[in-house]
Amino acid sequence: MTRFAKPNAWEKFFWPLLTAGLLLATWNYSVKWSGTQVFPSPLSVEKGMAELLRHHVLWADIADSLRRVAFGFGTAALLGVPFGLALGWYPAVHQVFNPLIQLLRPISPIAWIPVAIVLFGIGDHAATFLIFLGAFFPIVVACASGVSGVPVIYRRAARNFGLRPAQILTRVVFPAALPQILMGLRLAFGIAWLVVVAAEMIAVDSGLGFLIIDSRNSGKRYDLVVGAMLMIGLIGLALDTAFRRLEKIRSVQWGFRDEY
Amino acid sequence: MAAEAIISASSRNAKLRMRNVSMAFERDGKSIPVLENINLEISDGEFICLVGPSGCGKSTLLNVMGGFISPTRGVVAIDGETVRGPDPRRILVFQDHGVFPWLTVEGNIEFGLSGLSRAERKERVAHYVQMVRLQGFQHTYPRDLSGGMNQRLQVARALAMNPDVLYLDEPFGALDAITRLMMRQELLRIWQAERRTVIFVTHDVDEAVQLADRIVVLSSRPAKIQDVHSVDIPHPRNISSSRYLEHRDHLLTKIGLAYSA
Repeated sequence: MTRFAKPNAWEKFFWPLLTAGLLLATWNYSVKWSGTQVFPSPLSVEKGMAELLRHHVLWADIADSLRRVAFGFGTAALLGVPFGLALGWYPAVHQVFNPLIQLLRPISPIAWIPVAIVLFGIGDHAATFLIFLGAFFPIVVACASGVSGVPVIYRRAARNFGLRPAQILTRVVFPAALPQILMGLRLAFGIAWLVVVAAEMIAVDSGLGFLIIDSRNSGKRYDLVVGAMLMIGLIGLALDTAFRRLEKIRSVQWGFRDEY
Repeated sequence: MAAEAIISASSRNAKLRMRNVSMAFERDGKSIPVLENINLEISDGEFICLVGPSGCGKSTLLNVMGGFISPTRGVVAIDGETVRGPDPRRILVFQDHGVFPWLTVEGNIEFGLSGLSRAERKERVAHYVQMVRLQGFQHTYPRDLSGGMNQRLQVARALAMNPDVLYLDEPFGALDAITRLMMRQELLRIWQAERRTVIFVTHDVDEAVQLADRIVVLSSRPAKIQDVHSVDIPHPRNISSSRYLEHRDHLLTKIGLAYSA
């Protein structure tokens, strides 16, 4: 495979599957040869997951995690996109809010856990709030920088064509910033999926994060711990792939690198 | 020759009039003069080229005419009405990256036409797609077009607004030599068909002599009008004729003076 050659169709699947297979084999033989009693082999993880599926617990946990992410991320997007647009568009808004955002942004959502519990008690609301926090700031920052990065030439053309300021925002600035906004949303979605696991370990008693901590605490079921981890990875990959589909929409494709 | 030009210019109405226009930028608390006392009258339907050394303020002058920048002193008036800002009756075409990449060819051309009915819009788009020879590309996005096609699209988008003045800021400057040559022919063809007032900024003397009715030579910064030169050769102009070369040499001498001034 040379650097510039277009890979064959079979290669697209063959190489990743080979790496995954090698990793599984390494894992399997490491467990076998080290004789560990605690760490599970791939096969016992598979058995553990099958057991969970038979008892219909896994689907409920997945659904709970997804629901929390949907609410937390949805709220963050709903509030963060307009706020970010305003931040990038109106210098006054930027002046008032930007220092505060820059101060709050580096605080990990994990650090907010005690505050979230004080504010919302143990339960869904606290978890959703943490996901919201994790997603909100990246969305705001991406939207603001997307808007302020819109080339002056587009705004000038818009003014020349007689657009009013509100129209310039909706018909020129927003579509011009959309690729960056989408990138911000995708990044924030990834963070939301990271945060949900942490939030579920502390604030609630369902979801994939809870499954991990519960499996460890009640009976050291490491087969379920590793199984849930793999599940989180798989769902994260699926969601990210779905998000990437958005980049293929023709009216935003110009803002993304060509992929061959 | 000069007398003829004066008569032909004054027999038509003055479309655009600049009186004592000066412009200075503020930078680090200092005032940098860019335009100095520009007086110019442009007739309706005239093709004017602004030439001058690079960085002399040609684009600034065009932006002042277009209402994008307010002059520090003096007045720009179109049809007797003072220019106070950009106006959809006068459209500026940028050197490049002027088209909207999130819209198709069709979407770009109809961008400024939201006031028209659907049928009128469709008709207007079809007309200008044809005029700039982009048939078959109506649903193509700018990034899938060549540089020359994108500039044609920008011209079409401007013309679709039915402007009475077209400002072109080195519109072919980013294109290769052959495309540039073809684009000039296209622009002349369109100008002859539509007869708008065209004000065209270029640093290319050949381009100016091939296109313009009159050429305004600007000095280096701060820009003053060095010379206004009429090119009385009918189109299509033979670029190897002695008359063409005379005009060209005259301008080169003038611009040479402009450089040393």
